[in-house]
Amino acid sequence: MKRIRIGSGAGYSGDRIEPAVELAEKGDIDYLVFECLAERTIAIAQQARMKDPGSGYDPLLADRMHAVLRACSEKGIKIITNMGAANPIAAAAKVREIAQSLNLRKLKIAAVLGDDVLDILGNGDYIDDTGLPVARLGDKLLSANAYLGAQPLVEALAQGADIVITGRAADPALVMAPLIHEFGWAMDDWHRLGQGTLIGHLLECAGQITGGYFADPGHKDVAGLARLGFPIGEVAEDGSAVITKVAGSGGQVTAATCKEQILYEIHDPSAYLTPDVVADFSGVRVAEIGPDRVRISGATGRARPDTLKVSIGYIDSYIGEGQISYAGPGALDRARLALDIVAERLKIIGLKASEIRYDILGVDAMHGAKLSASSPAPYEVRLRVAGRTETLKEAIRIGNEVETLYTCGPAGGGGATKSAKDIVAVLSTLLPRQQVKTAVHFEET
Amino acid sequence: MQLRAIAHSRAGDKGDISNISVIAYDMKDYPLLEKYVTAERVKEHFSDIVHGTVRRYALPGLGALNFVMLDALGGGVTRSLALDAHGKCLSSAILSLEIPEPDAQSR
Repeated sequence: MKRIRIGSGAGYSGDRIEPAVELAEKGDIDYLVFECLAERTIAIAQQARMKDPGSGYDPLLADRMHAVLRACSEKGIKIITNMGAANPIAAAAKVREIAQSLNLRKLKIAAVLGDDVLDILGNGDYIDDTGLPVARLGDKLLSANAYLGAQPLVEALAQGADIVITGRAADPALVMAPLIHEFGWAMDDWHRLGQGTLIGHLLECAGQITGGYFADPGHKDVAGLARLGFPIGEVAEDGSAVITKVAGSGGQVTAATCKEQILYEIHDPSAYLTPDVVADFSGVRVAEIGPDRVRISGATGRARPDTLKVSIGYIDSYIGEGQISYAGPGALDRARLALDIVAERLKIIGLKASEIRYDILGVDAMHGAKLSASSPAPYEVRLRVAGRTETLKEAIRIGNEVETLYTCGPAGGGGATKSAKDIVAVLSTLLPRQQVKTAVHFEET
Repeated sequence: MQLRAIAHSRAGDKGDISNISVIAYDMKDYPLLEKYVTAERVKEHFSDIVHGTVRRYALPGLGALNFVMLDALGGGVTRSLALDAHGKCLSSAILSLEIPEPDAQSR
């Protein structure tokens, strides 16, 4: 039976660079996938593109391509990534430039278009997931991108693309596309598409299935996290798959690492909605069949939804924040006094904030008073005050009131920091899929 | 004993919804998870943090439970005021849940 090997070179935009190089050079892979587009990243990229029309793609695109293009070109490894963010065409042009500067063989680079549906959403009566009309956002609306399925990526591969660059696409689609292309799976073969979605889901976070984000000393020990190997999915025509990694790299692939990732960001395991299939992971089985080799089976699926999810980026608010530390005997009492002082000060100055939060780091910042109640007082603590405001000017006042604890607060406060920033947040809505028209643009070296 | 003795966990986020898996190290301990780690207990454990409903999905084939908690992340990672805006550390917090020792149950 035909098999292909797909490597996952990044689990998020800022992920390590070297594991992908290791995959390209030693992984014996056919495809290298980079999933780098978090929910609001595309809205921030859209802001960048509005300032400079040549930008708007992933900030590490050039670094990653410089690192892997030569090996991929020499070994015939195809690259698939959503690093196009808000500007896949500019990203494709950038990759063409890099390939030319490295004097590589002729390469065909595809940019997948059509996810940007801002014009459609700006001109219709659409309701977002809060139940309110999208139109209310007015000029605070930054971006609207539909989650594309695998189809346009498959078209790019069918037309001979060596590198496929998308904006917003469903994360598993980056892995589904090569499976559909190589094995000729039908777009209504729900069983195989369900299994393909599981494999894509397992690979998309890269090191999170090879022992990254897993270690808990004494309970779950993992060796070699400083040189963690990223995963390879070895997939057969029938959809059966083995997850593995480059021999000798750090980390581990075990039943336990795979189980954690199967359920990562999953709600109802029998209904994982994607643009290509409603996948069903409820009957999935894992089996360790060798060192760092885990067989994954049992996913299935049923007919895809008629609508596509759209992620809407908008300017939500501003957040101001201040922090200061206390240490030594009585540290916690002084931090609590400082907290009360700041709370009173924010009242006195008439701060306009819709939400305010007081945390004592080292005590109750993560999970509140109840879960932390039984722990003894620590040697050092840090007070943190954060609030949501409608203007930047108002947000700045929050950190200032923490900083003035230096001269006006309890004894021995140190290391005060403050910040204020605008918050780009995301909402979502659904669009009938026929309203989303995709296209593929090519750059060739 | 703490749940940590027999299970591991990972948390994920989508919008204002947190999901937490609880996975038995040993498949033979899975019935303990099913019996003692109920949606009601998880909701109570996280009463400071989770303001919506908690739903539990069982995956006996994996020896795992999946908890889906609504209104759990201060508006979601993109706008939350929380230090851990993703709620990633919730995976460790659930492992402090107390459950009876297996020996104590068989006696």
